Amino acid sequence: MIALRALRRNKLRSGLTALGIIIGVASVVAMVAVGNGAQARIEAQVSALGQNLLSIFAGSRRSGGVNSGLGSASSMTLADADAIRREVTDVAAISPEDSTTAQAIANGRNWSTTVAGEAPDYLKIRDWKLASGSMFTEREVRSAAKVAIIGSKTANELFGPLNPVGQTVRVQGIPFVVIGLLESKGAGMGGQNQDDRILIPYTTAMKRVTGDKYLRSINVQIVSADRMDVAQQQITALLRQRHRLTADRDNDFNIFNQKEIADTVSSISRIITLLLGAISGISLVVGGIGIMNIMLVSVTERTREIGIRIAVGAQPGDIRLQFLIEAITLSLLGGIIGVLFGVGASRLVAVVANFNAIVSVSSILLAFGVSFVIGVFFGFYPARKAAALDPIDALRYE
Amino acid sequence: MSTSTSNAPVIQLRDLAKAYQTGEVEVKAVCGVTLEIQRGEFVAVMGASGSGKSTLMNIVGCLDQPTGGNYLLDGVGIAALDRKQLAILRNKKLGFVFQSFNLLARTTALENVELPMFYSHPLIPLRTRRDRALQALEKVGLGDRVRHHPSQLSGGQQQRIAVARALVNQPELVLADEPTGNLDSRTSIEIMGLFQELNESGITIIMVTHELDIAAYCKRIVVMRDGLIIGDHRNENRRQAREERATLDQAEQKARLA
Repeated sequence: MIALRALRRNKLRSGLTALGIIIGVASVVAMVAVGNGAQARIEAQVSALGQNLLSIFAGSRRSGGVNSGLGSASSMTLADADAIRREVTDVAAISPEDSTTAQAIANGRNWSTTVAGEAPDYLKIRDWKLASGSMFTEREVRSAAKVAIIGSKTANELFGPLNPVGQTVRVQGIPFVVIGLLESKGAGMGGQNQDDRILIPYTTAMKRVTGDKYLRSINVQIVSADRMDVAQQQITALLRQRHRLTADRDNDFNIFNQKEIADTVSSISRIITLLLGAISGISLVVGGIGIMNIMLVSVTERTREIGIRIAVGAQPGDIRLQFLIEAITLSLLGGIIGVLFGVGASRLVAVVANFNAIVSVSSILLAFGVSFVIGVFFGFYPARKAAALDPIDALRYE
Repeated sequence: MSTSTSNAPVIQLRDLAKAYQTGEVEVKAVCGVTLEIQRGEFVAVMGASGSGKSTLMNIVGCLDQPTGGNYLLDGVGIAALDRKQLAILRNKKLGFVFQSFNLLARTTALENVELPMFYSHPLIPLRTRRDRALQALEKVGLGDRVRHHPSQLSGGQQQRIAVARALVNQPELVLADEPTGNLDSRTSIEIMGLFQELNESGITIIMVTHELDIAAYCKRIVVMRDGLIIGDHRNENRRQAREERATLDQAEQKARLA
C-alpha cells in the first residue's frame, strides 16, 4: 500500500520507467505473434502442396552448356510410373505428369496457360477439390478423351462469370469439353498462380498435345508421413535400376520430399520466431535495468523517508518488501500495458500487411512471467540497499 | 537485584562506551557513562556539540549499538540484539521527536501518526490504527488538522504531529532530540508545555538540548562533556510552560488594548 502510494506520487517517472518494460513486453508479444503467423502461413503453403507428397522430376537436360531445368530431360517414362505403382510399398496414389504451356481459346478469347496431363488421382494427391463438375476417370485416361478440368483463374480469363462446365476450350486447335472447375488455391510456394491451369488426362496430353514420349514428373502420395523416407529410398533404388545407372553416376531424376521441405521450412521459421523473441527479450532486460536505475535513484532520494520509517520501527524486511513491491508493481504494470500494446500491434500488422499474426497465450504468459522476474531481480538490489541504510545517517541525510 | 520489568528503571546504563573508527584514529564519542532513569522522569541531557549527547541518545534510542558497557532498556539488555529486534524495541517501547520534525511529506497528519502502527507486530487492524492516531492527534491539540499535509502546517503544528506519532504506540519512553531547535520561542513554550502535560500523565521523557532555558522545563538535568557525564542534578527552579503562556497571553492582550 505504501509502495503504491509512492508510485502514484511520481506518476511521470513511474510511467517512463514502466515504458521500458512496456516496449519490451509489447515487442516480445508482437514479434512472436508475427513469427508464429509467418510460420503458420508457410506451413499452410507447404501442406497445400498435398499430403505426404513425393514429386519425382526428370533430371535437367544440358545441351551446349544450356540447362533446361528440372523435368526437361528425357529420362522418365510411363513404364517408370507403373513400376513405382507396382513395386513401391505404401504408395497411396500416383499421377504421372506431362505439362506444357499452351494457348487456350474459348468463347472468342485466348489465354496462355499451363496445360498439365495428369491422372484422376491428381486431385486427391494435391488435396484439391472441384468447385463444380467432376474429375475425369480412368476410362477417359485410357481412351485419351478430350476432356478438361479448368483452374479458376483460367476459367475467369476465358469465360468470365459464365460457368465453364460443359463449354468447349481449344488447346492447340483441339477442342476439349470442360467437365470440372477447380477450387481456388491461391499462390503456390514459388509465388506462381496455381489457379491458372488446365488439367487433362496425361494420355491425351502425351498423344495429342505435346507429343512427348517422356514424363516431366510423377507425383506420388505415400500412405503416411513416417513412411515417406522409406518410400523415397525405394523409388530412388527402383529408378536407378530401371535407368541402368551405375554406382558412379548421379541420379537422372530428382525427388522432392514434401515432408522434408515442411520440416526445413518450419524449423527455419521457428528459429526466426525465436530470434525475434530473443531480440525483443533484450529490450526487456534493458527495461529492467531502467527500473533498477530509477529504484536506486528513488532509494537515494528517499533516504530520509527510509530513516524515519526505520526509526519508528520498520524492520529491514519491511523496507525491503516496500521497495521490492514498488519494482514489481512497475514491471507488472508495464507487463500488462505491454501485452495490450503487443496484441494491438499484432492486430495492426494483421490488418496492414494482410497477414494473420497469431498471439499465443504462452507468449503472453511468458512476457508476464519475465516482467515479474525482472521486477524481482532488478528490484532486489535497490531494495536491499534501502533496507541496509543506517538509520542515523538516513535521518541526517539532506 | 530486581528483575521485575515494572519496578526496574526504564533506562540503565553502566560504563556505556561508543568508539568510532575514523580511518586510523579511534574516536571515543562516549567513554563510560553510568546512568539510571526511572519511570515518570523528565530528563534533559545537555552539552555542547561534540559532548557525546547525540551519540548517547542514538544508543538509548536503539538506533545504534554501544561498543562497551551495558544498556538495559526496560530491563532488557540490547547488546545482543540484531537490527530486526532493535526495530521491534523502537516500535514498541520508544517514541522519537526530532529537531527537524521528520514527517513524511505529501502524507496527511493522520497517516504520519499511523506510521509506527503500520510496522507493529502483530498487525493492528486498520480501524484501530485510525482510532488511535485520531486520539493521539486529539491529545496534542490537532484533532481538526488530521487531513492536512505537513507543508500546510506551521512548525509548531508539525512538531505536534511528530509528538502524536511518538505517543501512538504507547511507548515506555519518549526521546526528543532538540525538539524546539527549529521553533521560535513562543512555539517552543507551547511544545515544552505539551511535554510537561505528557510527563504529568506519566510518560517518561528524555530530551537532548543545548539550551539552558529549554532544559529548565525538565525535572532533572544531566550535563555531558567529552563523552562523560559531568553533572546530574534535580532542577529546582523548574519553568512551568502553562503559567508562562498565560502570562504571555495577558501581556499580549494588554499590548493590544493599549
